[in-house]
Amino acid sequence: MIHTSSTHSTSTFVSRTLCRYADTIFKYITLIAGLIILFILTAVTVFLLIQAAPAMVGDKNQTVWAIRSLSGGRTIHFWTYVGPLIFGTILTSFLALVCALFIALGVALFITQYAPRPLAFILSHVIDLLAAVPSVIFGLWGGLVLVPSTYPFWKWMNTYFGWIPLFSGQASNPPRTVATVSLVLTIMILPIICSMARDIFQQTPVLLKEAALGLGATQWEMIKLAVLPFGKKGVISAAMLGLGRALGETMAVLMILSPGDLYSWKLLVASQNQTIAANIAAQFPESDSAGVSVLIATGLVLFVITFLVNIAAHHLTGNAIHTKQKNNIRHPLCINKQFIRCSETD
Amino acid sequence: MQRNGLITSPIRSLRSRQYHDHAMTILIYSTACLALLPLIAILWSTISHGSTRFDWYFLTHNMKGVVGGLYPYGGVLNAILGTLLITITATLISVPIGLFTAIYMVEYAHGGVISTMISFLVDVMSGIPSIVAGLFAYALFSFFFGPGCINGFVGAVALSILMIPTVIRSCEQMLDIVPRDLREASYALGATKSRTIINIVLRSSLPGIVSGVLLAIARVIGETAPLLIASGSVSFTNLNLFNGRMSSLPVYVYNQYAEGMAVCSASARAAVHPCIPGIRMERAWAAALVLILIVLFLNLIGRFISHRFSVSHL
Amino acid sequence: MGQGLEVINENIYYGAFHAVENVTMSIHKNAITALIGPSGCGKSTFLRTLNRMHEVTPKAYCTGEVLLDGVNLYGKDINLVDVRRQIGMVFQKANPFPTMSIRDNVLAGIRLNHKRLSKTEADDLVEWALQGANLWNEVRDKLSSPGIALSGGQQQRLCIARAVAMHPSVLLMDEPTSALDPISTLAIEDLITELKKEFTIVIVTHNMQQAARCSDYTGFFNVQGNGKPSHLVEFNQTEQLFSNPLQRETDDYISGHFG
Repeated sequence: MIHTSSTHSTSTFVSRTLCRYADTIFKYITLIAGLIILFILTAVTVFLLIQAAPAMVGDKNQTVWAIRSLSGGRTIHFWTYVGPLIFGTILTSFLALVCALFIALGVALFITQYAPRPLAFILSHVIDLLAAVPSVIFGLWGGLVLVPSTYPFWKWMNTYFGWIPLFSGQASNPPRTVATVSLVLTIMILPIICSMARDIFQQTPVLLKEAALGLGATQWEMIKLAVLPFGKKGVISAAMLGLGRALGETMAVLMILSPGDLYSWKLLVASQNQTIAANIAAQFPESDSAGVSVLIATGLVLFVITFLVNIAAHHLTGNAIHTKQKNNIRHPLCINKQFIRCSETD
Repeated sequence: MQRNGLITSPIRSLRSRQYHDHAMTILIYSTACLALLPLIAILWSTISHGSTRFDWYFLTHNMKGVVGGLYPYGGVLNAILGTLLITITATLISVPIGLFTAIYMVEYAHGGVISTMISFLVDVMSGIPSIVAGLFAYALFSFFFGPGCINGFVGAVALSILMIPTVIRSCEQMLDIVPRDLREASYALGATKSRTIINIVLRSSLPGIVSGVLLAIARVIGETAPLLIASGSVSFTNLNLFNGRMSSLPVYVYNQYAEGMAVCSASARAAVHPCIPGIRMERAWAAALVLILIVLFLNLIGRFISHRFSVSHL
Repeated sequence: MGQGLEVINENIYYGAFHAVENVTMSIHKNAITALIGPSGCGKSTFLRTLNRMHEVTPKAYCTGEVLLDGVNLYGKDINLVDVRRQIGMVFQKANPFPTMSIRDNVLAGIRLNHKRLSKTEADDLVEWALQGANLWNEVRDKLSSPGIALSGGQQQRLCIARAVAMHPSVLLMDEPTSALDPISTLAIEDLITELKKEFTIVIVTHNMQQAARCSDYTGFFNVQGNGKPSHLVEFNQTEQLFSNPLQRETDDYISGHFG
C-alpha cells in the first residue's frame, strides 16, 4: 500500500517531515562549507590588500623610512626594493625546477616502466616519505651538513666551468649560495613532480605501449612514442606545481642562503640574492607596523606570482579536467545502458 | 626520419638504437639511485646528530631559565605541546570544512557554476605559499584585535588555510571511488540522500578519509614559516591558544639553529655540568628528530590504515 | 502479497532527449513480467521509472502515470522514499554493502529507514529473508562475515534477500543474472519462480531464453533508429508472444534477425 500523507498517523508524518528537512539541511551544510572556501580566498586577498595598502599608497614618510630601514638604506621605493627579491625568488626556483624535472622524470619512468614491482613499490614510498620531511629539517640539514660538505664540489665547478657566467666569480666558503639553496630546493620539489609524473605515466594505455613495442621499438623508443607524449601535459602541470612550491619555500632558503640584494647571476658567490619568502621571515620579527605592511606587500607580490604559475598549471590541465567532468556525467549512463548507446556517443 | 634510417641501413641503425636504449636505461637507473640518496642522508644525519640530546630529560623540560651553553640544558616540552595544540586546532577547523565541501562537490554539485568555481579556488588555495598563509592569519587578526596579535590560534588558522585544500582533494578522491551501485542500492531500499551519504558512502570511504586527514596533518605539522609569523615562540610552556606566543617544534628547531653557537669560558667547560658550545645545534637536531619521528609515525599510520582497512569494492 | 502495477501513457526524457515513448501496460500481481529487447532500447530505463530510481540521474524525468493498487506513484503527496520501500530493486551487478556483514546487509534497509527492531525480531527477519532468497542454508554459520566474501551468485541472492527484507509488494530486477555463470543463473531463476508467490516481479533481461523459461508475461521494447525514442512494441502472455507474435518486429527479434 502506498501511503499518502493523509493516511499517516501524526507521529510518523512529523518524523517523515523532519527526515525531509534533515535531507535539505544536510545539503545546505555542505553547500555552506563550499562557500566558505570561496569566502576564505576572498578574505586572504582582501586582508593582504588592506594591510599592504599603507606600503603602496599610505603615509609616504613612514613608508619611505620603513623601506629604507628594510633595505639597509639602499632604496626608498617599493618596486626597487622588491625587484631583486623577485629576481632571487625566480632564479632559485627556476634552477631547482630544471634540475628536479629531469631527475623526477627519470625516477618516474624507472618506477613505472623499468623497475620490478617490489622495487617500484619501495621507491615510490621512499619518494613519498621524502615529500613528508618538513622544510625546516631540509634547512637544518642543508645548513649544517650540505653547506660544509659541498664546498669542494662548488670549488671544482668554479675552477673548470668558471668561464660560464653562472659559475664565475670567487666560489664562497662556506657556500651559503644560490647554488646550494637550489640544490636543496631540487630535493624538496623532486617528490612532488615525481609522484605526479608517476601517476600519469601509470595511466598510459597498455594498448598504446604494446602498439609501439609491436612495431619493434626498443624500451626507450616505446617511452618516447607512447609514454612521454601521453603524459606531456600532466608533466608540465606537475612542473608548474613544483615551481609553485619552490617559489614559496621559506625555511630552506632562510637557513642556508647568505642574503644579498643584487640582480646577480653568480650562483657560487654568497650574499648576492634573496627570495621574497625568506626575506619576510627574516625581517618580520624586527619590523614595526610600517615595516610589516611593506613585508605584507612583498608577500602579496609572491602570492600573485604563485597564483599566475598555478593558473598556468590549471590552464594546461584545464582540458583534462573538463573531459573528466564530462565523463562523470556520462559514465554512469553508459554503465546502466540508459538512454544513449555508449558506442555511438563516445 | 627513423623510418628512413631503417630502410637505408637497417643493421647499423638497429645497433645505434640499441646503444641509445642502453644509455637511457643506465641514465634512468642512475637517477633512481640518486633519488634515494637525500632521504637516506637526511634520516642518517638527523638520527646520528639528534640522538646526542634526545632523552627523557629533553622531552620533559622546557626552555625556562636556560642560558647559553650552561646547565640546565633545557628541553623541548613547550614546543611539543604547542605543536600538538596548534595542529589539533587546525585539524578541527579544516576537517569539517574540507569534508563537507568534498561531499558537496561529489554528491550534490553536478558540474555547476559554483562547483567549478570552488574547484578552481581549491587549486589556487593549494598553491598559496605557506608564508603568505601566515601573513594572512596575522593580517586578519591584527585587523580585528590590533597589531601584534600573535598566539597559537592565529597559527592554527594559518595552518588550516594550508590544510583545507589537501583535505578536500583527498576526501573528493575517496568519495569518488565509492561505486555508484552502492548509492543506488541504498536509494532502492528507500534511504534518503543524506542517510545514503552518511551510512553508505562515508562509511565505505572512512579508511581513505582518515588516512587522507592523517597525511594532511603530517604535512602541516612540519610547517615553520607561518608559525614563525603567527605564533612566535616562548621559552616557557604556554597552553593557552588565545593568549600570548606559543612555541612549536619547527619554530624551535629554527630558533635554536638561528641563535648559533654558545660562548663558553674555559672554566665553564671544565665544570661538573660543562658548558657546551654546540648545545643549540644539539637541541635543534634532537627537536628535528622528534619532529621527523612524529611525521613518519603519522605517515606510516595513514598508509597502514588505507592499506589494511580499505574495502575492496568488488 | 504482491500488488499489480498499471502504467499509463508513460514518456521518459533525459533533458531534451526523448528516451522512451508512450508506454502503457498492466503488470499483473504475483506474476513474473519480463521485459526484453535489444540493448539500448530503454527497457532498463523504463524499469527504473517504476520505482522512480531514474530520478537519481540528473535531468531525467518522465510523464504519465504509474499506479500501484490504484495510487499514482508520481502523485503530488507521494514520498519518493515510500515508493522505493514498496517497490524493491535488484541490480545488474551484485552490490552488497562492502562494509557490512551478511546479516547487516539484510537489515540495511530497515536500519537506513530508522526502524528499530529487537534482536529476536531482527534474527527472525534475517532468517526469513535469507530463506526467501534460498541462501539461508549456505550462510547460516557465517552471518557475521562480510557480504562481499560470498561468490557472485550468492552475492546476488544476498541482494535479493536485502530487497525482500523490506517486505516490498513489487520486486524489480535489472538483468540480475547477466554477470553470473550458468549454474548461478539457474539458481536465481528458480528463486524468482518461488518469489512470485509473494511478490509481483518485473525482470529486465536480454536473454530471450530466460524470459521464455520463467516469465508469465513478456513485453518487447524496440527502438526505431538512432536518436528516436524507443517504445513498447508488444506486450502479451509469454507463450503467446513467443509462439505467435502479433507484430512483425517481434517476430524478427525472437527469431534472431537482429538484436
